[in-house]
Amino acid sequence: MSVDKTTVTKIARLARIHVSDERRQAIATELNGILSWVDELNEVNTDNVEPLASVTGHSLPMREDVVTDGDRIDDVLANVPETKGGFFVVPKVVE
Amino acid sequence: MVDILDLGAVEARAALHAGEISAVELASAYIAAAEETAGLNNYVALTAEHALEMAAISDARLAKGEAGLLEGVPIGVKDLFCTAGYSSTACSNILRGFTPTYESTVTANLWREGGVMLGKLNCDEFAMGSANETSAYGPAINPWQTADGTDLVPGGSSGGSASAVAARSALLATGTDTGGSIRQPAAFCGVVGLKPTYGRCSRWGIIAFASSLDQAGPFSRNVADNALMMQAMSGFDPKDSTSADVPLQDLSAAVMMGVKGMKIGIPSEYVINGMDPEVTTIWQHGQDWLRAAGAELVDISLPHTRYALPAYYIIAPAEASSNLARYDGVRYGKRVEADSLDEMYALTRAEGFGEEVQRRIMIGTYVLSAGYYDAYYLKAQRVRRLIRNDFDTAFETVDAILTPATPSAAFPVGRKVDDPVTNFLNDVFTVPANLAGLPGMAVPAGMNGDGLPLGLQLLARPFDEATLYAAGQVLEDAAGFVANPTRRAGGV
Repeated sequence: MSVDKTTVTKIARLARIHVSDERRQAIATELNGILSWVDELNEVNTDNVEPLASVTGHSLPMREDVVTDGDRIDDVLANVPETKGGFFVVPKVVE
Repeated sequence: MVDILDLGAVEARAALHAGEISAVELASAYIAAAEETAGLNNYVALTAEHALEMAAISDARLAKGEAGLLEGVPIGVKDLFCTAGYSSTACSNILRGFTPTYESTVTANLWREGGVMLGKLNCDEFAMGSANETSAYGPAINPWQTADGTDLVPGGSSGGSASAVAARSALLATGTDTGGSIRQPAAFCGVVGLKPTYGRCSRWGIIAFASSLDQAGPFSRNVADNALMMQAMSGFDPKDSTSADVPLQDLSAAVMMGVKGMKIGIPSEYVINGMDPEVTTIWQHGQDWLRAAGAELVDISLPHTRYALPAYYIIAPAEASSNLARYDGVRYGKRVEADSLDEMYALTRAEGFGEEVQRRIMIGTYVLSAGYYDAYYLKAQRVRRLIRNDFDTAFETVDAILTPATPSAAFPVGRKVDDPVTNFLNDVFTVPANLAGLPGMAVPAGMNGDGLPLGLQLLARPFDEATLYAAGQVLEDAAGFVANPTRRAGGV
């Protein structure tokens, strides 16, 4: 499983990070270095071992499905780069 | 005359209650100390005016007999914690100018107990690094130096926190630890750092790196101060769904408990290639000290130790790639204008995130992508369970585990490393505790031949921080370590 320039382009697209064409090969080399190192994990027999996603062992707590917070438009928009009439402003997505 | 900056938190608290010093006097001394040592770049924002206001309130509460646990104690806050009304950036350009309208639970707990906020402390960008060199504000510097005056890294990611506490520009500081980010810098700077059990301190309001591993904890110059701060900052929080509703032990009592009859495990797998021989010596001293204090040492095996780092470097970037998806140039922080939404996202993130953060987001994106999820992410989570099982087995026979905190002492700023994997090795002794969710403490244990501090690490069962404080105090007493670095504020 080796990462090439095409794979880097695909990952960068998924991660929404612009990567210049000249950087792609360098990034491929770095990622391959890291991935070949993590391949050590294949030495470990993990047959019948359940993945551990949470160390707490608790299930997530439940609560009543009621509104507990709200009416904070000013707080929500306090750090927005561009806002208009109480809304977020983004580049046009629909022609 | 004792320098006011040399008082520990427990001592300062006693002096405040006795009226020997005032909170305003103490805060002023620390503000001056931070200005005096500004060259260490451990603060990214000093909130002097706010500190003096909080200190005046503390003096009033002390006078009325309404003092909290940390009343009047000056505290520095890692820039990863959201502080209402004060810039909180995770030391990333993508969050430049971000001023939260809310306060993290941990810092709110500290202020409720009377703590005085001095300012925000430098760290690696989004806590990703082990030398504080990925910060958008430039590296923080370790107050300890070798004889030739070379600038050394304070460790990371909580490098500013460790540096400030060691340099006497903060009496206490908050940190976060995802793979060693409290314990490794504590060891590099000769201070005490605790990574609590996962779930002990609320993650609410802390800028997320890897949510199943992140845990906040205290930095201090001695073990008893650390216990006091931990008592104040921890606690169940319904706003964090992984917060544990488990009562905290009496940590101040634990500090005086000793280790008589305690069984301490020494894991054979923590002897690694390339370890500084002086680290091996300090580790041996630690074993001798605990034995002399009445503990029984037991050889143990944690067979999957060597797989902890590679598992971590799948799990942590995977979670980071997901957590950092929120930095999109729409809701907060930086935006690079572009004609289309997709282009705006991609340019904003390329300019806003530093190189190490981009690298980790890309690894994380790759290991979570279709076709690789099972081979990498699920495999790493299976290995994570085996690592946890190793500890569970060990803790059937021992009460705590003693290891070195780091494989070496602090290294020079700007050390060139071609291979990112070499940098990851800093965390070789600390990462397993994060994967297993265990509490771990770094305690300064001595110095190497260059006059730099070396630390030991103690690990215990989940929710048994008391054992760490008991054994940590024994190590501190026996080591007789004097935390007096070259580039510190004050001093007589």
